[in-house]
Amino acid sequence: MYQFNFAPVFANFDHLLQGAWVTVQLSFGAMLLGLVVAVLCAAGKTAGPAPLRWLIDAYVELIRNTPFLIQIFFIYFALPVFGLRMTPNVAALVALVVNVGAYATEIIRAGIESIAKGQVEAGFALGLKRHQIFRYIIMKPALRTVYPALTSQFIFLMLTSSVVSAISANDLAAAGNDIQSRTFAAFEVYLVITAMYLLLSLGFSALFSLIQRLAFNYPLSR
Amino acid sequence: MIRPFGPNEVLFILTAIQWTLALSAIAFAGGAVGGLLTALARVSANRILSGLALGFIRVFQGTPLLMQLFLVFFGLNIFGYGVNPWVAASLALTLHASAFLGEIWRGCIQAVPQGQSEAAHALGLSYFDRMKSIVLPQAARIAVAPTVGFLVQLIKGTSLASIIGFVELTRAGQIVNNATFDPFKVFGLVALLYFVLCWPLSILAGRMERRFAAASQR
Repeated sequence: MYQFNFAPVFANFDHLLQGAWVTVQLSFGAMLLGLVVAVLCAAGKTAGPAPLRWLIDAYVELIRNTPFLIQIFFIYFALPVFGLRMTPNVAALVALVVNVGAYATEIIRAGIESIAKGQVEAGFALGLKRHQIFRYIIMKPALRTVYPALTSQFIFLMLTSSVVSAISANDLAAAGNDIQSRTFAAFEVYLVITAMYLLLSLGFSALFSLIQRLAFNYPLSR
Repeated sequence: MIRPFGPNEVLFILTAIQWTLALSAIAFAGGAVGGLLTALARVSANRILSGLALGFIRVFQGTPLLMQLFLVFFGLNIFGYGVNPWVAASLALTLHASAFLGEIWRGCIQAVPQGQSEAAHALGLSYFDRMKSIVLPQAARIAVAPTVGFLVQLIKGTSLASIIGFVELTRAGQIVNNATFDPFKVFGLVALLYFVLCWPLSILAGRMERRFAAASQR
């Protein structure tokens, strides 16, 4: 009968917390930068010239149809061939930004396209100023539409980020690999780490839906 | 010794596609069975059953696939079933797919109007007949597009099996890269192959979704 041994896990718990902090930082950093990429790409896709649209389409489709592990291998191992050398943590951030940027582009584009043209025209007819139309007629409903999709994309990003341990960035999963290789308590280590990921994703989901209720709980006229 | 990236290396990577496809097929088949059971448990009137299904879905959707692979891989080992990457990868991906398909299909089952099931009940059909002849066939039509979409996610997910030593497309690429030190060509080729597998499915899923949206608007 197997004897469970959680002692080495809890002896190294500060190491795990450090890894979890890196995971949270990586996820938030990648989400924020990824949103910048996504807003630019979505704007380019809805209003840009045809060649730019094709380029953005190629980026989005390429990223969405290849595994994240290959993307990070490419960025970490292949880019140095062209003199672009990065530390594991920077490569991890870059890979996550490139990845989430593609998914968020589609979300933001759908949000922009969800605003009916007549709404904007009605705003002009009512004599609203351009910045008022942008704020009240475009941004508020669009933000409300895309918010749930973006928050679940964030959770998905945080879970995906565990893969950066494969290039030895020092995130939560990597802390697990580290402790596992020193203590051989593999199952116990990954059990605790999986529980930590679960707490993180449940916690952030709860936080995001609280924010949603506080910030977007107004009637939408249709 | 560094080998050049030649035809043999390309062939090695190409033949590894079959293991990516085999693993995807196993996970999808297992996930279809597990997903159907999960979805049915989730919509059942039995509180305990639906609670268990919800917990299963939450845990597998709220934790990284990589950790699920590790837990199954090392878990099988401590319970004395050896460390066989085939078994571990198949089992972990099947559980993963069961949870995701379970949640997708729950939505599809609940999208079938309640009255359909009630009418079947009033006609005296048993639970089994109600599900088999009335609810599931209608839910299946709604489910096709998101299921194909998930298949793309599953194929991409099999790449993580490389980390526990399962030799599929990604691991084959790593092996060749370690021998040739030509990461640009190697991972470029591997990425291209995944793209060739996944892109047609993505297009198909998108088309079916649009067609369904147009059909249900009428």
